[in-house]
Amino acid sequence: MIPLWMYLLVAALLFCIGIYGVLARRNAVAILMSVELMLNAVNINLVAFWRYLAPQDMSGQAFAAFVFVIAAAEAAVGLAILLFVYRTKRSVIVEDVNLLRW
Amino acid sequence: MIELNAQTIAFAILSVLVLGGGLGVVTTRNLVHGALWLVLSLLGVAGYFVLLSAPFLAAVQVLVYIGAIAILIVFAVMLTRSMTSLGEVRNRQWWLSAITVILLFLLLAVGIILPVWGRGAPGEVTSLSATVGGAAELGAALVDGNGFVLPFEVASILLTAAMIGAIVVARDEEDEQA
Repeated sequence: MIPLWMYLLVAALLFCIGIYGVLARRNAVAILMSVELMLNAVNINLVAFWRYLAPQDMSGQAFAAFVFVIAAAEAAVGLAILLFVYRTKRSVIVEDVNLLRW
Repeated sequence: MIELNAQTIAFAILSVLVLGGGLGVVTTRNLVHGALWLVLSLLGVAGYFVLLSAPFLAAVQVLVYIGAIAILIVFAVMLTRSMTSLGEVRNRQWWLSAITVILLFLLLAVGIILPVWGRGAPGEVTSLSATVGGAAELGAALVDGNGFVLPFEVASILLTAAMIGAIVVARDEEDEQA
């Protein structure tokens, strides 16, 4: 049997890879992809805890399903904003989009 | 401690898929390749869901994440022509980000490993229960008055609002007037 902490360790590693992508990449599409990685790490944690600690209670799976919904909404709105930014600035490099920077 | 059987081998392969895909996403220069790495990583997570006996979530992962979100990202890559904008992949503070992320991972790893260091720790599960709620129980919980019916409806409204908002934001106004 695979112990719970192995799932948690893989999820933590995936989450950290996602954070690195968000912090270090310059392309906004790559940043959105890294956010998807972080959401997936959270989902692994939710489902693993559900399976090991409360398999009869459906809260863990329901939470994971809501994360799917949020991820779909985030991807749709984020990419729409990205298209709009590209149309006005001709660039998706986040350092070029500094209109709101003080 | 961990015996070598089909489950552990599958876990090892899926871990390689998930983490290798993730590393591919954050390091590749070509964003179409990055999207393909992302698909690999998402497929590994779907395999985890199968291992954790949540087949419905695995199917949703393949349909929604790989079928919709990854394809949406590929569309965005093509529409913004960002794969041709070659240049520095990382920004100037990437080494600072790397140090921060490594420190964060060490912190998380300590928090994960420390409770199970000694044998017989209170949180340790020695055998998994055989009775597991499936897709039918999940569906019942989502529309149960004492369960998740309110978050479920709020999620529906959020999704509708997000889709309408995405259409409004992404619409080309110059085409509209012509």
